[in-house]
Amino acid sequence: MSETTTLGVSHDKLGMWVFLGSDCLLFGALISTYMLYKDRIGPTDLGPEEMFDIPFTSVSSFVLLMSSLTVVLAITALRRNDIRRSRIWLLSTAILGAIFVGGQVYEFTAFYREGLGYTTNLFGTAFFTLTGFHGVHVTVGIIFLMSMYIQSMRGKLTSAQEERLEIIGLYWHFVDVVWIVIFTIVYLFPQ
Amino acid sequence: MTIVESEETPLELESAGGQPPAEKPLGAFTRPQGGNGWKDWLFTVDHKKIGIMYGAAGLLFFVIGGIYALFMRLQLSRPGNSILSAETYNQVFTMHGVVMVFLAAIPLGAAFANYLIPLQIGARDVAFPRLNAFSFWVFLGGGLFLLSSMFIGGWWENSPDGGWFAYSPNTGVLFSPSKGIDFFAIGLQITGIASLVGAINLIVTVLNMRAPGMTLMKMPILTWMLFIVQMLLLFAMPVISVALFLLTFDRLFGANFFNVAEGADPLLWQHLFWIFGHPEVYVLILPSFGVISEIIPTFSRKPIFGYPFMVFSGIAIGFMGWGVWAHHMFASGVGPVAVAAFSVSTMFIAVPTGVKILNWLATMWGGRIRFTTPMLYATAVVAMFTIGGLSGVTHSLAAADSQQTDTYYIVAHFHYVIFGGIILGFFGGFYFWWPKIFGYFLSEKIGKSSFWVMVIGFNLTFGPMHILGLQGMSRRIQTYSSGQGFDLWNLVATIGAFMIAIATAMFIGNVIVSRKAFKAGKTPAPGPDPWDARSLEWMTASPVPEHNFDETIHVEKQDEFWHRKWGKNEEGQVVRRATAEEVAHDGSNTNVHLPSPSYWPLVAAIGLPIIGYGLIYNLLLCVLGGLFVLGGLYGWVFEPVDDPNADNHDHGDGQDSYAELETAEVTNASEDTTIE
Repeated sequence: MSETTTLGVSHDKLGMWVFLGSDCLLFGALISTYMLYKDRIGPTDLGPEEMFDIPFTSVSSFVLLMSSLTVVLAITALRRNDIRRSRIWLLSTAILGAIFVGGQVYEFTAFYREGLGYTTNLFGTAFFTLTGFHGVHVTVGIIFLMSMYIQSMRGKLTSAQEERLEIIGLYWHFVDVVWIVIFTIVYLFPQ
Repeated sequence: MTIVESEETPLELESAGGQPPAEKPLGAFTRPQGGNGWKDWLFTVDHKKIGIMYGAAGLLFFVIGGIYALFMRLQLSRPGNSILSAETYNQVFTMHGVVMVFLAAIPLGAAFANYLIPLQIGARDVAFPRLNAFSFWVFLGGGLFLLSSMFIGGWWENSPDGGWFAYSPNTGVLFSPSKGIDFFAIGLQITGIASLVGAINLIVTVLNMRAPGMTLMKMPILTWMLFIVQMLLLFAMPVISVALFLLTFDRLFGANFFNVAEGADPLLWQHLFWIFGHPEVYVLILPSFGVISEIIPTFSRKPIFGYPFMVFSGIAIGFMGWGVWAHHMFASGVGPVAVAAFSVSTMFIAVPTGVKILNWLATMWGGRIRFTTPMLYATAVVAMFTIGGLSGVTHSLAAADSQQTDTYYIVAHFHYVIFGGIILGFFGGFYFWWPKIFGYFLSEKIGKSSFWVMVIGFNLTFGPMHILGLQGMSRRIQTYSSGQGFDLWNLVATIGAFMIAIATAMFIGNVIVSRKAFKAGKTPAPGPDPWDARSLEWMTASPVPEHNFDETIHVEKQDEFWHRKWGKNEEGQVVRRATAEEVAHDGSNTNVHLPSPSYWPLVAAIGLPIIGYGLIYNLLLCVLGGLFVLGGLYGWVFEPVDDPNADNHDHGDGQDSYAELETAEVTNASEDTTIE
């Protein structure tokens, strides 16, 4: 590490940790809102139990969790200065993330066709808002990863960037952990 | 090795990502060079310049918010007045609250934080200098965006009118059809981003950039309080962000989060708002607590009484601030259990605050007090805040509070806390640090007279509101009829409000007069340490040179600078060991490597208000704003790390004559820095 700091952690990494602490409260507030409104549906509306396709979402959740593994593989490969492997794992992480977001888009359209629009009832509004915010977080992570990947195409990915990738990895893990919470509370609890 | 590193922190600023300086990844990005004039301010990443800009913007918004207040007081000066219509009055009190809380008090606290935290911990800058610039420009953009609501679409047509707390369902399209609430929600969202980014930056700075030997429990109280404030902002801002998002989605996309007709619960807004809003109260007050904790020891010539108690009571306030939010909602029907619990927690939070007041008094007790202008303000804070704190405790009794809710008694309480506690403290801070920041004294004569005008005016304004409130006069009502016993005290309050305005004008006049007098050579230069002060910011030249300190300061004691000036002789008497001029750095080391200015924080920040206008008027504008943000961020990431002329490295370490520190570890650490 080229710079020395009081805590021995780099500013960038500490900054990311601090930001993630703040982001917890963002999702905390959104999840609370969802919990408050999840049962507020009209008498003829479909509720969470009828709406959710648990096997489908389980698969896409699994895909997202696997991406946490691949990002770690990308980091360790970069640490060993194995640029080729690191690039492969980097791209796979981004693709797995994209599959998850794609699954979410598919799910949203399916719900919409079944009659749950954004403004149909409070359950729908809160559900789309919460999962939408998470989807945006995943998308931002994909942008980070792809920026790194494009850098690597220009030969700019070296083991000097290991920490930058590690910080992106922190963010990526956080987004995954949040999804575990959301999946449990939103999808599994009503079952 | 890491332990060694944590002891030996060179002041060298981070070179982001450790890339070699000469690299220009996309060729086209060069960094602006420093210079004089407006460009220097627009593209600066210097924490001192950014702090000054925060202060100037905060004062400007303070004056604007004050003008709103004067209109309100004019309207209420006699019964049945018709200067403002009911609608305009709603907008004026809303804007007064929003501007004072979000655009004056928070940035003035941020001004002290930005300017003083790096100096007090002996650092060269903040951890992320460009992020710091970004956060200021985002704040300014958001503030101007909010104020522009007055002009856009007609004079006072689209101003927010829901109060600064914007209770639902009043903020729904049904009850507030103008675009005012949209401006409110999006504008505060933008300033919220500024606060969040600034908080992350300053937290990392305090944790990671302290001078060698500066442990957490040696940090000055001001830095401690500002650190706690950043923690509160860090965790409170996302909550209000969510609330504002939900409100924006309600109004723009037809969501129903706060639409009671669709089965929504309007209490959701109140909870989210006050979970943010109560920590926010401490975000506002703690910087002022820190400021007077620096002023009082200096002018009492005693160390702060009970340093650890001051620190831990600040932390306790920070923690407990999260557990009292529902005391704003006693009259909202939250249920007897919640009311009882929050009633008790509210009484409890008075304890750490009381500890602080006791410690300030004990610091002054037996001290050799010099009543300079800053000290006058600091003592006034102790007195006025105590009154405000005590009336606050009366609100914790839920039964009494349900009578007081929405009366002027509440207005009196929080103005004693906010004006008496915060604004007076900040004015004290201005007088205290002005010579350090600008290199000339503010006139004590004008300062003291404006102090008395302000304190008397303040008490005339808000003192009578206690009586008005207990007599039953409601807040947020644009007029009242005579014969209810409100006439006299309202007139007195209006007179007091204009005295505050005069005192503020006297302060601004003081700046102009004192500056002129100094330029004409009529007042002496303050030197590094005009007040015989205690913390590290006084250990460098005034005004502070761009690189802050000439060399790394090795800290051994709390109040390090004072201990270098004063020591004890054999008889145990305190005697001067060195003059401030001997101890302080003269700013002559011009070889220090500093981060270059940058265009991109400004570019990225400009995009956010454009997106805001786009959301309200035309989504195409969002695309333009988004391009600004994305372009700014990419330019930011890819711009060369350092300026081309940055070869003259000087970390400023290794020059100290501290024999005990000249160990093998030191050489290790400096080897580390030469590798890069």
